Amino acid sequence: MLTTSALTARYGDAQALFRIDFELAEGELVAIIGANGAGKSTFLKSLTGLVKVAREQVMFRGETIGGLPPGEIVRRGIALVPEGRRLFPSLSVEENLQMGAFAGRGGPWSLQRLYALFPILHEKRRLPATSLSGGQQQMVAIGRALMSNPSVLLCDELSLGLAPVVIKEIYDAMPAITAEGMTVVIVEQDVATAQRVSRRLYCFQEGRVSLQGASGMLTREQISQAYFGIEAAA
Amino acid sequence: MTTMAFDILLQGLLLGGLYALFALGQSLMFGVMRLTNTAQGDFIILGAFAAIAGLMVLPVWAVALGLLPLAFGFGYLLQRHVLNGTLGRDPLPSLVVTFGLAIVIQNGLLELFSADPRSIETGGLNTRSIALGGDSAVGLLPLLILGCAVAATAALQWLFGHTRLGRAFRAVSDDREIAELMGLDARKLYALATGIAFVLIALAGVLQAMRTTVSPADGPLLLLFAFEAVIIGGMGSFWGTLCGALLLGLTQQIGFRLDPGWGIWAGHLVFLAVLVLRPQGLFPKTKG
Repeated sequence: MLTTSALTARYGDAQALFRIDFELAEGELVAIIGANGAGKSTFLKSLTGLVKVAREQVMFRGETIGGLPPGEIVRRGIALVPEGRRLFPSLSVEENLQMGAFAGRGGPWSLQRLYALFPILHEKRRLPATSLSGGQQQMVAIGRALMSNPSVLLCDELSLGLAPVVIKEIYDAMPAITAEGMTVVIVEQDVATAQRVSRRLYCFQEGRVSLQGASGMLTREQISQAYFGIEAAA
Repeated sequence: MTTMAFDILLQGLLLGGLYALFALGQSLMFGVMRLTNTAQGDFIILGAFAAIAGLMVLPVWAVALGLLPLAFGFGYLLQRHVLNGTLGRDPLPSLVVTFGLAIVIQNGLLELFSADPRSIETGGLNTRSIALGGDSAVGLLPLLILGCAVAATAALQWLFGHTRLGRAFRAVSDDREIAELMGLDARKLYALATGIAFVLIALAGVLQAMRTTVSPADGPLLLLFAFEAVIIGGMGSFWGTLCGALLLGLTQQIGFRLDPGWGIWAGHLVFLAVLVLRPQGLFPKTKG
């Protein structure tokens, strides 16, 4: 449903992505792994319009959407949970979630449904979003993206700065999110987590796809070589 | 002694009400888009002259009904077509452009209206007062101005705290990129904010011209009072701006009583003291 062909993007003055071919089928959970600076975040940003790319390089449900304004892309059904959460500090938890619904897409996700998924957010709905713990803030960020009722959910480094037990708690919510056919892409630095939760996996290295395949079939050696490159393998 | 103290307090707060109206538009534009409008004072004077010119050819009711919507449209278009282009990481372009606008407005008004001070005829409203017993009395118009200031502050605070538009204003103010990712149109929101700010600016101009006289060169001093009120109160909080303006008015009034030449100077002293001791202002809201 979402494909990129020879996607090329610049980030500032440097070229960050080199001819990325990527494919996503309806209902899949795909992981993208790779070291810092491999271009994972830039890739998600170019899918959501935050990094400008050529129109024909991103194809979503038969239409070219590369380089469209971010608001236009979210209205078509692609939502991003940004790296570092980026919650609105002067908005309460509930207001942050409501911002997600601004695009006005209908669908199963509502405040009620989110509070059922993350009950702690209901309890803290009146508090400033940034006063919550890191894990709870990540729940708000995921919830905010879900409130736009996307058909594709892109998650950038959900586990950044969180304790392992909290990371597990966040990922435990994934089955409930994908249950109704939501397509999900996660960017993850932790290879073990990425392999465990995803069906397919892409590895990025210095702006190129260095490896892809079914998550369960890839060996440790293959991944570490694709992850770290030639130097580490030598 | 107590009557005098009460009188100073009262007059100070009434003066502060006027300053609050000068400052609220500034506070709003800075709060939403980090834009410091250095032409704030000149736009207030422009609003006053627009009303004065309007009254020359139109009946009072037409000016009263037409001016504020006109000011909103003017602010909206100014933001959409001029000021949006100056916004970015660097605050300098917006400062330079609004500074340039200030010069254009001052000289344009000077050409059209000459340097003569003018005022808006109020039919005696500006001299009426309510006796409070003893020697104290409170002017009806200043009381009305303070009422407008409090109402405007409350309205802005309600708009920001309890409406969908206010939520969107806060979101673009916090993080424009992510707000746009949610589907918000930051350029349009900025234009709406400036439109609202210009309604307050025009209101302040009219009330200023009703209370006293205005002349084309008055703008910079009004900007200074507006700016001091915003800084004392803390950037981006409307109640803070109101309190800052009241404190500024009160200090000036105390200064005036000590010596007629000290009033404005006393206000500057408080402003400097706040900058040194509490640079974030008394009630800061804006983060980052």
